[in-house]
Amino acid sequence: MNDVEEKLYQNRYRLDAGRPHIRIRDPEVCQARCSAKSCAACCPAGCYTLGPEGDVTLLTDGCLECGTCRIICSEFRNVDWEYPRGGFGVLFKFG
Amino acid sequence: MKERFDAIVVGAGPAGTAAALTLARAGWRVLQIERGEYPGSKNVQGAILYADSLQKLIPNFREEAPLERHLVEQRLWVLDDQSYIGSTYRSPVSSDAQPDRYTILRAQFDKWFARKAQEEGVLLICETTVLDLLREGERVVGVRTDREEGEVYADVVILADGVNSVLARKAGIRPELGAGEVALGVKEVLFYPQESLEDRFGIQGEEGVAIEMVGKITRGMVGTAFLYTNKESLAVGIGCLLSDFRREKIPPYVLLARLKEHPALRPLLRDGEMKEYTAHLIPEGGYKAIPKLSGHGWLIVGDAGMFVNSVHREGSNLAMETGRIAAETVIEIKEAGKPLSEGNLRRYRQRLDQSFVMKDLRKYQHVHEVLDHNRHFLTTYPELVNRAAETLLRVDGVDKRAKEREVAQSFRKRRSYRGLLSDAVKLWRAFR
Ligand SMILES: Cc1cc2nc3c(=O)[nH]c(=O)nc-3n(C[C@H](O)[C@H](O)[C@H](O)COP(=O)(O)OP(=O)(O)OC[C@H]3O[C@@H](n4cnc5c(N)ncnc54)[C@H](O)[C@@H]3O)c2cc1C
Ligand code: SF4
Ligand code: SF4
Repeated sequence: MNDVEEKLYQNRYRLDAGRPHIRIRDPEVCQARCSAKSCAACCPAGCYTLGPEGDVTLLTDGCLECGTCRIICSEFRNVDWEYPRGGFGVLFKFG
Repeated sequence: MKERFDAIVVGAGPAGTAAALTLARAGWRVLQIERGEYPGSKNVQGAILYADSLQKLIPNFREEAPLERHLVEQRLWVLDDQSYIGSTYRSPVSSDAQPDRYTILRAQFDKWFARKAQEEGVLLICETTVLDLLREGERVVGVRTDREEGEVYADVVILADGVNSVLARKAGIRPELGAGEVALGVKEVLFYPQESLEDRFGIQGEEGVAIEMVGKITRGMVGTAFLYTNKESLAVGIGCLLSDFRREKIPPYVLLARLKEHPALRPLLRDGEMKEYTAHLIPEGGYKAIPKLSGHGWLIVGDAGMFVNSVHREGSNLAMETGRIAAETVIEIKEAGKPLSEGNLRRYRQRLDQSFVMKDLRKYQHVHEVLDHNRHFLTTYPELVNRAAETLLRVDGVDKRAKEREVAQSFRKRRSYRGLLSDAVKLWRAFR
């Protein structure tokens, strides 16, 4: 477990299994055209990981629903971003 | 289900609840919709609550709101890598004035506040995400939710859905946020036995301390850090402009970990039990980023309208203030027997212009540009003042006048006379 996973482990989530609320529109764009790959550096939950071939994988389970990835992907607008269905996603105990 | 209400409020944060409560008190049938499991379950704040805006709505809130501590001591620290220089203000113990700043936990506070609105007759539905505004021509006539047959109608819709406002974006009310218009804040809540916490900060009873930090910890990024005392926990966090995070490519949790390791913070935080890690955006665009605030059948309040005073770190109070004023505006229009049309709702903006909300936002509208173009304010100066303190305080056989000369030289070497002078002018202009 890396640092951020350990932190996220303390949070409460209600996962909407099989229905991720955020999607990468075109993985090709991430791999072949986007050199900055800001999502991987800036997501506070480490949801975006860089693969060895320059590919980018998104796993929304730990998502804090902040909106960062949508805003910083301004060059390609390659992030399809919605809130989870009502009642799902992260549930802060303290906020 | 073609249900109709007098008003629909989207979101149960401080802005939405202030609006809903005000409307219900005037006898309106209000539906408030919240996507979280309960109000507050999606919301993040430092969190300092400024009492004034809440007091206008619930004068006796001190008796029942879930408040953590009231601030008796405010510290401001300018951090260098290993040191800091700072100031402290501690309020007099026997002060008769009622406290005006409290620490809160938003998940608990928002739940309480929304309950107060329910007691006034607001119908609150949680676990429901609003997907779209419903329109008839130009007019907003209701909302579509993710519930089955989840369309609801009302005379007016108040958007209190926070900084990301998916609704305002989809409806073309507001453009997508720019990375330079928002800060990303990350925060941890660490728990301690109450006595141990109070000993660390020299406080007792309900007393609390807030520490605000600037300086090299943000690596030249425009941002601040904070450490606040709750009853049995500490909130520690850091926030920087998203455009700066993108440029520096520092993961926010790495920055937070560095903050916690700073020699000035480490002893204060030791042995804490970390129970939550959160992240949230903060509108930082200020006055110029404020969008169109109303139209046929709709108004926008709180973070969704970009109402945050980032210089003074005020947001939740502006949310309550704008929520209340929006509600009062529609009540006033309805009572005059007029329609909630685009023209009539312009009154909302006029009322805001006369309030402290817009006056304060106008006052600080240039601060970010100045910092953006003068990164040395965030790196060089913190370093210089820290070194100056070190030089002046160290008793090492060098005479005091020589020490003063050394300090003055260190400033000139890094920033020249003209640079120092122009910096002073710029700062004065930005904050005056
Ligand atoms: C790290 C940090 C520290 C801060 N510190 C302070 C501080 O010390 N003092 C201060 O005054 N301010 C502070 N702020 C700012 C303050 O938190 C915000 O200004 C305030 O929360 C805004 O209130 P709001 O009601 O407009 O939005 P929010 O509190 O964000 O509420 C929006 C609500 O709408 C709901 N919602 C959103 N979309 C939908 C939808 N489509 N359908 C249904 N529901 C929806 C959300 O779940 C949420 O409950 C801080 C912010 C951050 C991030
Ligand atoms: S920033 Fe956007 S385009 Fe680039 S890797 Fe991330 S999601 Fe893909
Ligand atoms: S919304 Fe925030 S936490 Fe969720 S994936 Fe995007 S950047 Fe990460």
